[in-house]
Amino acid sequence: MIRLEKRPQPSRAWSYATPVLAVVITMIAGGILFAFLGKDPFLAIKTIFYDPLLGEFAWYYRGQLLVKAGPLILIAIGLSLGFRAGIWNIGAEGQYIMGAIFGAAVGLAFYPMEARWLIFPLMVIAGALGGFLWAMIPAILKTRFNTNEILVSLLLVYVAEQFLASMALGALRNPEGSGFPGSRNLQQYPAAANTELIAGTGMHWGVVAAFIAVIAAYVLLKRHMLGYQIRLTGESPRAARFAGVRPNLLIIFCMGISGALAGLAGLFEVAGPAGQISIDFNSGYGFTAIIVAFLGRLHPVGILLAGLLLALTYIGGEAAQANLGLPAAAIQAFQGMLLFFLLAVDVLTNYRIRLRRTEAA
Amino acid sequence: MDLSAINPAVLLASLMVASTPILLAAIGELIVEKSGVLNLGVEGMMITGAICGFAIAVQTGSPALGFVGAAAGGALLSMTFGVLTQFFLSNQVATGLALTLFGLGLSALLGQGYVGIKPPPVGDINLGPLADLPFIGRVLFQHDAMVYFSLLLVAAVWAFLKYTRAGLILRAVGESHDAAHALGYKVVWVRLMAIAFGGACAGLGGAYLSLVRVPQWTEGMTAGAGWIALAIVVFGSWKPWRVLIGAYLFGGVTVLQLNLQAAGLAVPVEYLSMSPYLITILVLVIMSSGRGRAALNAPASLGRSFHASS
Repeated sequence: MIRLEKRPQPSRAWSYATPVLAVVITMIAGGILFAFLGKDPFLAIKTIFYDPLLGEFAWYYRGQLLVKAGPLILIAIGLSLGFRAGIWNIGAEGQYIMGAIFGAAVGLAFYPMEARWLIFPLMVIAGALGGFLWAMIPAILKTRFNTNEILVSLLLVYVAEQFLASMALGALRNPEGSGFPGSRNLQQYPAAANTELIAGTGMHWGVVAAFIAVIAAYVLLKRHMLGYQIRLTGESPRAARFAGVRPNLLIIFCMGISGALAGLAGLFEVAGPAGQISIDFNSGYGFTAIIVAFLGRLHPVGILLAGLLLALTYIGGEAAQANLGLPAAAIQAFQGMLLFFLLAVDVLTNYRIRLRRTEAA
Repeated sequence: MDLSAINPAVLLASLMVASTPILLAAIGELIVEKSGVLNLGVEGMMITGAICGFAIAVQTGSPALGFVGAAAGGALLSMTFGVLTQFFLSNQVATGLALTLFGLGLSALLGQGYVGIKPPPVGDINLGPLADLPFIGRVLFQHDAMVYFSLLLVAAVWAFLKYTRAGLILRAVGESHDAAHALGYKVVWVRLMAIAFGGACAGLGGAYLSLVRVPQWTEGMTAGAGWIALAIVVFGSWKPWRVLIGAYLFGGVTVLQLNLQAAGLAVPVEYLSMSPYLITILVLVIMSSGRGRAALNAPASLGRSFHASS
């Protein structure tokens, strides 16, 4: 009979090994899934994980890697701070949308002025503010009325989606777009465009912001009192209160930071790769970032690596879609499986497996 | 705007139809939470049920088989959550989210060949003279079997929790799993059964959406219904009849805003479509703030993993 025995402390070695193990198991299970869909599993896995990095057309895909990883990392870093403290902001998708709307609205308000030094920084601030304010709704409801932040932040995603549609069809619609929904293309407005910084790398300001966020989060958690309080609250809320942590302030801080970072990600996306506010602007980064945060073990460096890996599944998935006719939904299911397997093998971190005969209880 | 176009009898009748999917999912989640498990994967199980039911109904031509398949599909998917949280002791919040993300992907994958197809129609059951009653007949007695099934299910869950020994064990497990374990109850198995029941109910709710309410299959068609079901369990403070009221209240808001859209109210459609979500949030706030005190009624072991140390 297999028994689990709780470890006195989570195993360090396993906490590094489990994400890798989870990825390997997901590749195997994903291969089986692809085989059921009538595709060659080895070719599919190679198309997703190998070709975009080292294959024949890698020069094209490599640039895409940072474009996709940037927003994922930026959002996941914010989420991880809250998750560590047991504060569950799962509405990053909504905050991402609101950041994009706020930022784009500021940029479009200045059209066609050319003062980039003024307009772009203002857009960045507006984007962060949009996400921040949207995250403050669940945060304040939580601290003031003790309302469940999971449900409120998630329900606000649907509200934000409707708001996005109304903006794309109404206030932010391109006046020269002959009535089509969607805003002006910010890519074609130099003062507001989030351009590629180094040609061919996919490096734009959002990616820079993501790297800064990784470093800042690392310093915060390692060296700062606030980071200590976050970790303490996650591990023992009661002890944290005795140590003088003010839980409400921590909720406001964690929700606010994650909202602002998600808003930034939205702004950089709308001013860069996406280009315009449109009805289907959001593409689920806010939800995939949850997987990124967990796969990265809520650790800044881990999130950096996990973000790159999930970005790879996005572009590899697109390649597999084009070359093998693998349905887009297969990649979505694949990403979901990854989180499942990660959570399953995580048991090895916290428990020891013992083989032993059953005794009469 | 022409409010006279809104017929109150039709409005109330469609309220019952609009509420049924959420009621089914919420009553299932109520049992799950009563056993001390927080399954945030309702949305994922609902949409999986929606496509399982739709596909089976289209293939066999029988909506009844579709509903059975949807319940089986939802229960099967919920078992991944059950195994992970009960045997692998994973975090319930994270696992529930994983279930939703996976369910959305899986359903899109399964549903590829079913976009734009019409499912076999689900007929109303014949209640004879009752259906011919003025007003009340139209509102209450001209529905399909699932509407009545969902109401019976609420009554059954209520009676189960209140009057049966098994219901008492379920509640004991949810209030204090350590005490229940010490009394010799199989905490893990009780919870697994509860999770499977919740999955089956969510699957039925999803199939009701795709087979009756819409009726069509589109990706992501549940549009947050699973999350609203979770909110309604809190709103109902874990009591079956209050969950019924919550689901019907929500259904009322949905139907009313749809009717106002049709009547041409001078508010953009998008803002009307937001209203069900906003009202759900508002209700959550009222219930969880000081005077509502819903949290006091929550099962004491809700969301905590159980690991028998000896």
